[in-house]
Amino acid sequence: MTDTAFDDSPKVDRSQMKVSDEVAIEIAEMNKWYGTFHVLRDINLTVYRGERIVICGPSGSGKSTLIRCINRLEEHQSGRIVVDGTELSSDLKNIDKIRSEVGMCFQHFNLFPHLTILENCTLAPIWVRKVPKKEAEETAMHFLEKVKIPDQANKYPGQLSGGQQQRVAIARSLCMRPRIMLFDEPTSALDPEMIKEVLDTMIELAEEGMTMICVTHEMGFAQAVANRVIFMDQGQIVEQNEPREFFNNPRSDRTKLFLSQILGH
Amino acid sequence: MSDTHAQTVPYVRESMLPQAEPPVAERGVVKWIRENLVSSWLNAILTLVSLYIIWWVVSHVWGWFAGSVWNAGSLTECREILAGEEGACFAVIAERWNQLVFGFYPPELYWRPLLALALFFAAIAPVLFPERVPRAMFVVTAAMPFVNVWLIWGGSLWGPIFVALGFVAGWGAWRLAQPRLGVLAGAILSVLAALLWWGVVTGWASPDFARILPLDLQRVTSRDIGGFLLSTIIGLSAIILSLPLGILLALGRQSDLFIINKVSVAFIEVIRGIPLIVWLFTAQLLLNYFLPPGTNFDLLLRVIIMVTLFSAAYIAEVVRGGLAALPRGQYEGADSLGLSYWQSMRLIILPQALKISIPGIVNTFIGLFKDTTLVVFIGLLDPIGFSNAIRASTDWNGIYWELFVFIGVLFFIFCYSMGRYSLYLEKKLSREHR
Ligand SMILES: Nc1ncnc2c1ncn2[C@@H]1O[C@H](COP(=O)(O)OP(=O)(O)O)[C@@H](O)[C@H]1O
Ligand SMILES: [Mg+2]
Repeated sequence: MTDTAFDDSPKVDRSQMKVSDEVAIEIAEMNKWYGTFHVLRDINLTVYRGERIVICGPSGSGKSTLIRCINRLEEHQSGRIVVDGTELSSDLKNIDKIRSEVGMCFQHFNLFPHLTILENCTLAPIWVRKVPKKEAEETAMHFLEKVKIPDQANKYPGQLSGGQQQRVAIARSLCMRPRIMLFDEPTSALDPEMIKEVLDTMIELAEEGMTMICVTHEMGFAQAVANRVIFMDQGQIVEQNEPREFFNNPRSDRTKLFLSQILGH
Repeated sequence: MSDTHAQTVPYVRESMLPQAEPPVAERGVVKWIRENLVSSWLNAILTLVSLYIIWWVVSHVWGWFAGSVWNAGSLTECREILAGEEGACFAVIAERWNQLVFGFYPPELYWRPLLALALFFAAIAPVLFPERVPRAMFVVTAAMPFVNVWLIWGGSLWGPIFVALGFVAGWGAWRLAQPRLGVLAGAILSVLAALLWWGVVTGWASPDFARILPLDLQRVTSRDIGGFLLSTIIGLSAIILSLPLGILLALGRQSDLFIINKVSVAFIEVIRGIPLIVWLFTAQLLLNYFLPPGTNFDLLLRVIIMVTLFSAAYIAEVVRGGLAALPRGQYEGADSLGLSYWQSMRLIILPQALKISIPGIVNTFIGLFKDTTLVVFIGLLDPIGFSNAIRASTDWNGIYWELFVFIGVLFFIFCYSMGRYSLYLEKKLSREHR
C-alpha cells in the first residue's frame, strides 16, 4: 500500500496512545435544528478514552456545530449526549461541570485581550476550580513551557503572533486539566509557517494520551495522529474509518469527491 | 557621478558625514506655522479670519473682566465705583458666595459638607487610580456613602451604620444561600435578609445604641441645602448609583430570560422617552400621592432617585453598545472554560464592554451633571435658583452676566475634569491592552 500524499507526515511516538474501552463521549440519535434548518441529523458517535478523532467535511456541513454541542455551546433538540458519564441537559450544574472537564480551542483563539497570557491561563482554575492563585500560576507556567512560550507570560494576547496565540489558547484549556480536548479548525486562521508549531503542540498532546476531537483539514495530521477519521456532509456522518483506509480507500462518492478536492489530485 | 557609474565602479566613502540641521523652513516654529497656519491660500485666509474673530471677542470681553469690581454691597454701589467705565460687577459673587455654594446650610456647620467632599475624593481615589492608591483605601470607599449622609444631614450615626449593616446582612445571606440554592433563590433571600434587618432589627436596636453612645450631629434639613452643594449631591449620587443600575439594565436587555428582558426594555424606553423635567415634576407631585399617607419622603431624595433612573436608562444603552461590540468568541471562550454567567460577565465581558463604553458613559455623566440645574423648576435652590433669588433682591436687581459666568465656569470645571479623566482612562487602557 502506498500513501504518497503523506510523505511529509510528522513522526509520532505512538507508545502512549492507547484507546481504552472506557466511553468518554456518547452521542446517540442526536438531532439539532437552527430554526427550521435541520443542521445535524441523526448523529451517533461513541468516543472511547484515548481516541484521536479527526472530523472533516465541506464548509457548512455541521462539523463546528457538532463539536460545539459536546460542551453545550450549542443546544441539541433531540437525542442524547453523555460526556464523562454526565448527560447534557438543561441542568446548569451539569453544563458547568462538563465545560470544566472538556477543553476547547477555537479557530480564532478567543483569548481575552484585556488579560495577560498568564492571567488568561489562571483565570478559570482560580474562579472555577478555586485553586489558590500561586498554585494556578505554577500550573500555568508549566503548560506555557510545554507549548514553548513561557517568556511571553506577561504580555497581552495582542502582542503575540497567531501561532503563539493558538498555543496559549491550548495551554489555557490544559490548565483546567481537561480529560477531553475539542479543536475547531485550530490552524485555519494561521499563516502557513505557523501551522506547524500548533500542530506539533497538538501532536505532543496526542502522544500523552489525551482524548481529542479535531475538526481540521490538515490531512497530514489526520494520517499521523488520528485513529479514526469522520467525514461529514449535510449534517450527517457519511463515512468513518481508520485513517489509512479512509484516505486510500474511500467508499462513498462524496468522500472521494471531497478528498480529491482537498488533496488536489 | 551618474547612477550607472555608482553601480559599476567600486566606491568607498573616505569620511563619514556628520548629521546636519534641516533647512530653516523645515524647523521648529517656522515649520509649524507653515504647515498649520498658511499651508495654502485658503488656509492663510482662514487663519486671518480666525485671528480677527478671536481678537474681536477678546477685545470686547477683556475690558469687562479687567475693570471688574469685587467689593461692593449692591449693584448701585458697583456702578458708582465703576463711574461709567466698562466693568463686571463680580462683587455679587463675593457677597453671596456662601449662598451660591452652600445654600442656607448653617454657616457654623460648613465644615461638614467640606469634610464630606474631602472624604469623597479620598473614596474615589482608589477607584480612579487603582494602581497608584493602596487597596486598603477601598474601606474608605465602602464607608463614604454612609458617613457622608451622616455628615451632610446630621442626626445619629447609628442610622447610617444600621443601613450599612443591612447591606452586610444581605451580602452574608447571598454568600450562604447562593452556592446551595442557586442565583435566583440567593438573590431573593439576600434582599429579604436586608429588608428584615432594616425593618425589624434597625427599628428596635438603633435607638438603644443611640442612647448608649449618641454620636449625634445637629440635623440639617434638605430644604436648607442649596447652591452648588445641592448640584453636587444630586449629580454625584446619581452618577454613583446609575452606573451599576445601568449595567444591570443593559445585561437585562441582553438576557434570554423573557420577563427580565421585557422589563428592562420597557423601563429603558419609557424612562428615556420622556423629558427629565416631566420626571422631576412627577417626583415632586406624584410620588407622595402613591406613598402611604403620612410618609414624608424627602424631596431631595425623590429627585436623586429620578435623576438616577433617568441616567441609568442612558447608561444602559451606552453599555449595550459596548456589549454588542464584543465578538461572540469572547462569550464562547468564557463559556468553554466553565465560567458561570456572572463570572464571565464580571471578569471577561464587562471589563471589555465598559472600556469601549467609557466615552459614552462619561458623556452621559456630564449631561446628567448639567441637567441637575433643571431642579430649579420644582423649586429647589440650585445655583440657577439662587441666581434668580439674588436678582430678586433689591440690592442686586438687574444683575445677569456675572452670575451666569460664575455658574458656567464652575460647571465647566467639573465637566471638563470628567472629560479629561475619561481621556486619561482611555489612553491608559489602550496602552495596557494594545
Ligand atoms: N447560529 C446559527 N444560526 C443559524 N444557522 C447557523 C448557525 N450557525 C451555523 N449555522 C448553519 O449551520 C450549518 C453548519 O454550520 P457549521 O457547523 O459552522 O459548519 P462547518 O463548521 O462544518 O463549516 C451552516 O449551513 C451554517 O450556515
Ligand atoms: Mg466550522
